[in-house]
Amino acid sequence: MIPGDAIKMKRYFHHKDFHKSHHSHANPPQTAVSTQKSGTREIKVVRRVLDVNEKMAEQNRRLFAEKGLFVLNVMSSPGSGKTTTLQKTLARIMPEIKCAVIVGDICTTHDADRLANTGAPVVQINTDEFGGDCHLVAHVIEKAAINLDLDDIDFLVIENVGNLVCPAEFDIGEDSRVVVLSVTEGEDKPVKYPLMFRECEAALLNKVDLLPYLDFEKEKAIDYIHQVHPGMPVFEISAKTEEGFEPWIDWLKNKIRQKV
Amino acid sequence: MHEMGIALQIVEIATASLPADLGEARVAAVNLKIGKLAAVVPESLRFCFDVAVKDTPLAGAKLVIDEVPVVASCNDCNARWTIDEPVFICKICQSGSLKILSGRELDIESIEVVEEEK
Repeated sequence: MIPGDAIKMKRYFHHKDFHKSHHSHANPPQTAVSTQKSGTREIKVVRRVLDVNEKMAEQNRRLFAEKGLFVLNVMSSPGSGKTTTLQKTLARIMPEIKCAVIVGDICTTHDADRLANTGAPVVQINTDEFGGDCHLVAHVIEKAAINLDLDDIDFLVIENVGNLVCPAEFDIGEDSRVVVLSVTEGEDKPVKYPLMFRECEAALLNKVDLLPYLDFEKEKAIDYIHQVHPGMPVFEISAKTEEGFEPWIDWLKNKIRQKV
Repeated sequence: MHEMGIALQIVEIATASLPADLGEARVAAVNLKIGKLAAVVPESLRFCFDVAVKDTPLAGAKLVIDEVPVVASCNDCNARWTIDEPVFICKICQSGSLKILSGRELDIESIEVVEEEK
């Protein structure tokens, strides 16, 4: 554990002393210019509220590029099947592709315990000491990545906190983002959470094995996805039965190959 | 959902932007731009901001939010329009290749400082 670190992390492999040199948080530039305006002074600021996070994310991205690994940020609402999807995905691409996982949850290490069974190194982040943050931010990823041997990884998958709102707003230095939507949710999730579906590069429509038992209209859901994000690849999968996995795995391997 | 974190960040940036010669002056307002696509609820943010400014140099300051509409342009036919429902398809040529010109803002524009009457 890093001294003074407020994030709880659990490591699933023997800690090695990687990445001794680490980035310092750069001080944000000051752009304040005073102007006179009838009795009141207006001080120009013009800064993105999240610019500290965005700079940190860029640093992460540079580090990941140097180390030659592909980083995927996986997001969804709680219970859509992210963890099972990742377990099955890793089982199919390992050991050919060297994988590692960072998993974010408000509490518990249940997801990390499950993912560690794949044999991939897993770092669990619990955001509860931050008051239960609903998303992962770039500096948390930077700290978690210290625990991984980035030289020995081709593919880093980050399972974000289950939430369709906030994670979409926070860049963490990933190369690509995918969203998991399960058929036990409403078809209209894409139009209710347009930012998430716009920000992601592909969508996984999960639990399709349950379609015969549900009123879920699959075509309607896909139409909604394409209304918000025209041309978005949609992979219809069942993480339980692994039906539909081939196109998804091909897409993913292709993305990894392009980067690594 | 993360409005308190955003509010604290705003207070931090605004405080760091205050001039050294503030003296008796008081911060009256922080002017913020929020795009309609940003994952931030203005009402919640105002509520959190009022809590976050307590015991800071910004105490009593008002958060003025300028909501920015989502404006897109079509990469194929150059049409330009305001998106007010979650449909990101060109109204003229049905193309899905768009550029989002505004609507993702989450920016602090300025701070307003007033001299206190003695």
